[in-house]
Amino acid sequence: MSGEARSSGPAMSPDMKALLVPAIDSRSSWRELFILPLAAMFLAMLIGALIMMATSVAPETILQSFIAMAHGSVGSIHAISETLTAAIPLVLAGLGIGLAFRAGLFNIGAEGQMVVGGLAAAIASFLVTGLSIWLHLPLVLLVGLAIGAVYAAIAGLLKAATGAHEVISTIMLNLISIRLLDYMLRQPFIQKEGRSDPISKAVLETAELPRILEFLDGNLRLHAGLFIMLAAVAVIYWLLFRSKLGFAFRISGENPGAARYAGIRAGLTIVMAMAIAGALAGLAGAIQVSGVLGRATPGFTAGIGFDAIAVALLGRSHPVGILLAGLLFGALEAGGRQMQVDAGVSIDMIGIMQALIIIFVAAPLLVRRIFPPLFRERPRGGEENG
Amino acid sequence: MDIELRGISKRFGPVQANQDINLEIRAGEVLGLLGENGAGKSTLMNILSGLYSADTGEILIDGSPAIFTGPGDSIANGIGMVHQHFMLVPVFSVVENVILGVEPTSGVDYLDLEAARAQVQEINTRYGMEVPTDALIEDLPVGIQQRVEILKVLFRSADVLILDEPTAVLTPQEVEEFFTIVRALRDAGKGIVFITHKLHEILEIADRVSVLRQGQIVGQGDPASFSEADLAEMMVGRPVSFSVGRAESTSGDTVLELAGVSLFDAAQDARLVDINLSVHGGEVVGIAGVQGNGQTELVEAITGLSAVTTGEIGFAGQDITRASVRQRHRMGVAHIPEDRHKSGMVGNFTVAENMVLNSYYDESVTSGVQIDWRRVHARAAAACLSYDVRTPSVFLGAGSLSGGNQQKMVVARELERDVRLIVASQPTRGVDVGSIEYIHRQLIACRDRGNAVLIISSELDEILDLSDRIYVMFEGRIAATFDNRGGGADRNAIGLAMAGVSQGTNPGAGRSGNRGSAA
Repeated sequence: MSGEARSSGPAMSPDMKALLVPAIDSRSSWRELFILPLAAMFLAMLIGALIMMATSVAPETILQSFIAMAHGSVGSIHAISETLTAAIPLVLAGLGIGLAFRAGLFNIGAEGQMVVGGLAAAIASFLVTGLSIWLHLPLVLLVGLAIGAVYAAIAGLLKAATGAHEVISTIMLNLISIRLLDYMLRQPFIQKEGRSDPISKAVLETAELPRILEFLDGNLRLHAGLFIMLAAVAVIYWLLFRSKLGFAFRISGENPGAARYAGIRAGLTIVMAMAIAGALAGLAGAIQVSGVLGRATPGFTAGIGFDAIAVALLGRSHPVGILLAGLLFGALEAGGRQMQVDAGVSIDMIGIMQALIIIFVAAPLLVRRIFPPLFRERPRGGEENG
Repeated sequence: MDIELRGISKRFGPVQANQDINLEIRAGEVLGLLGENGAGKSTLMNILSGLYSADTGEILIDGSPAIFTGPGDSIANGIGMVHQHFMLVPVFSVVENVILGVEPTSGVDYLDLEAARAQVQEINTRYGMEVPTDALIEDLPVGIQQRVEILKVLFRSADVLILDEPTAVLTPQEVEEFFTIVRALRDAGKGIVFITHKLHEILEIADRVSVLRQGQIVGQGDPASFSEADLAEMMVGRPVSFSVGRAESTSGDTVLELAGVSLFDAAQDARLVDINLSVHGGEVVGIAGVQGNGQTELVEAITGLSAVTTGEIGFAGQDITRASVRQRHRMGVAHIPEDRHKSGMVGNFTVAENMVLNSYYDESVTSGVQIDWRRVHARAAAACLSYDVRTPSVFLGAGSLSGGNQQKMVVARELERDVRLIVASQPTRGVDVGSIEYIHRQLIACRDRGNAVLIISSELDEILDLSDRIYVMFEGRIAATFDNRGGGADRNAIGLAMAGVSQGTNPGAGRSGNRGSAA
């Protein structure tokens, strides 16, 4: 062991080299990140099958529905395109929620941030005219990002200045955003000409995210938001684990007392973390409007901001975990639609299974009990106090 | 009631927590169980209280084997444990806490509080505990809360009491009163297991002593037949020196100076009142006092965590009254915080991350807005080696280090850079003897390099061992100052000042009362 020997000077002694060997049991983090979610998914599918059996769905239909699910999510280029398209906003908003988590904040407001971000992006997409796609599209996305950031920062400011709990304030901001959306969609400068129902004008072509698989098949919806999502994963990873700001976030989230001790300003950290989380959700909203929907309509976010909370939980607030969790949820979404078509099983079943996965992931002890061999720990010592 | 443990062994994975332990607990006797953190004391007592079951060995109660499958069994057998961390409901009264779980009822679940109160009161007076039975727990001082824990086990008719590090939370005065109660219990025929790592307590209270090291009994017998040094050597496994052996101090320039500092909290209550104190380069100044007399606030004022209401703080000739935590940190103020878990470290972070907890933004470990982790890791590894932080790797989670190594990690972080002033608050709390010795040496070495060291501790021995000058705090004021060069301070007088009795100052200090700033 290292303790006995001393080293002096900057030269690398053997003791020092020994200390620099990673000690983290990579198997246990592998378990946390992959095996546990997979086991949870298996259990969720099992219970899903039981529910279907209880509602007298024939066994072969159940089998057929799972085959349809696999087929609809990864079985064809079209299925993969749909899976990825569904994953993009989930991952982006999930990254924001995960980042806020790491800073000790529970951002329930991704839905509302997506709404205001998407709405603002929609407005910018048809009110601003005469720009090339190289200017217009980035502008639209940046508007969505900025408005989402501002909207989330409100909750951050309220917490920093008055101690108002962010869970309460973000829930309220969600409600406001939904009503605000309906109200704004009836404003003459936003509402589509000749319509009396709330629906916005269409996004101009210069503000549309290009579809990236159009050369294969015109029906493939996957758009360039995929690259934005992948870049966001990398940026947030860098931010959390490489940057000074991310380190401050993580200290604040793990131990507020230590953050204070280290001279980190709590209020500023809260506002910054919320703003970044909101920026990601706002961007997700803008991407949905610009890349998929082509306009803003009531409820255009379709609860993605809430599903993203589950994605962040499932991904353990780790950017790579969130990417994988978002892909899984995207696959369930796409596969669920196929299941409804092929097997006639309602897509509600997918919602149930998604929720079950989260419950199992949130209760790791339960999963460990059910599958003990998958989680057999190599015994670890040194934590016993005498 | 006599209890005998025979051949008890318990293993957690690769760790042999207890190995073939034989122990006798006799009625009317105080058994001192001595051992460092991690020696296996808590495991052994958790086996006795039914929380764990032993891998091998047996427990005999009055000669007949007993099998415990849970805490309920040991309580039913008359064994009661008083934990180091109290398990009381703060908004309940003493009586309500005592009867919680074994409430006397009559009729259809009618809580007979009157009967309960009479019963509790009877135990209370029998052992001279003087606990106000109707007071709410949150209004009681820690020392009294501890007695409520004892009342709880007595109410459950315990004949054997296990006291786990009972004095860790008590002031010197409270310890004396506590010992009186322990003696009263013993004289009433109770068997008592007194767990501690403080040697002088064993010598004072125990009728027999057993020393645990690395899960094994390494010595037992009559405490009178051992000296403190013997016990320490048994406990640590090598000779330990108690006095740090500090040389004469060479007092230099004033490094820290507080002039008329007062601090009011949010409720406008005075936490610090007109504090004048100075710390010079090359000297250790100790702040003695019972916990909660303004020491925490004083440390926060000096390190920049709290803004002072009035007064000025000078550091190396500059006014830092309004400087931020980081500005002070950069100027060379090191801070070892009083509670490493609450603020000194992040258990879920690696050792390396903890090593830059409050300097991660410094140019020496960053490039632009990025942290240069390679440099952090190399620096952390070097600091671990030079400050004896025993960890297999700097990538290990700091939470899995022992208490002593966690504290050495904090000390390493604070001392490895260029500092002028070290503010060390409770620097050895919850730390094993070996690490205490090490940390003390490091603090003295820091002083000998010409730095100013301010030590705040509720352990008077620690203050007396290390300090060249001593200030005593009482109710937010400096109650007295003492000169301790050459160990001349009067322990008794300090104790009185801590209790707020006198404004005494020993003649050698050459200054009086509250004006302690002259060199």
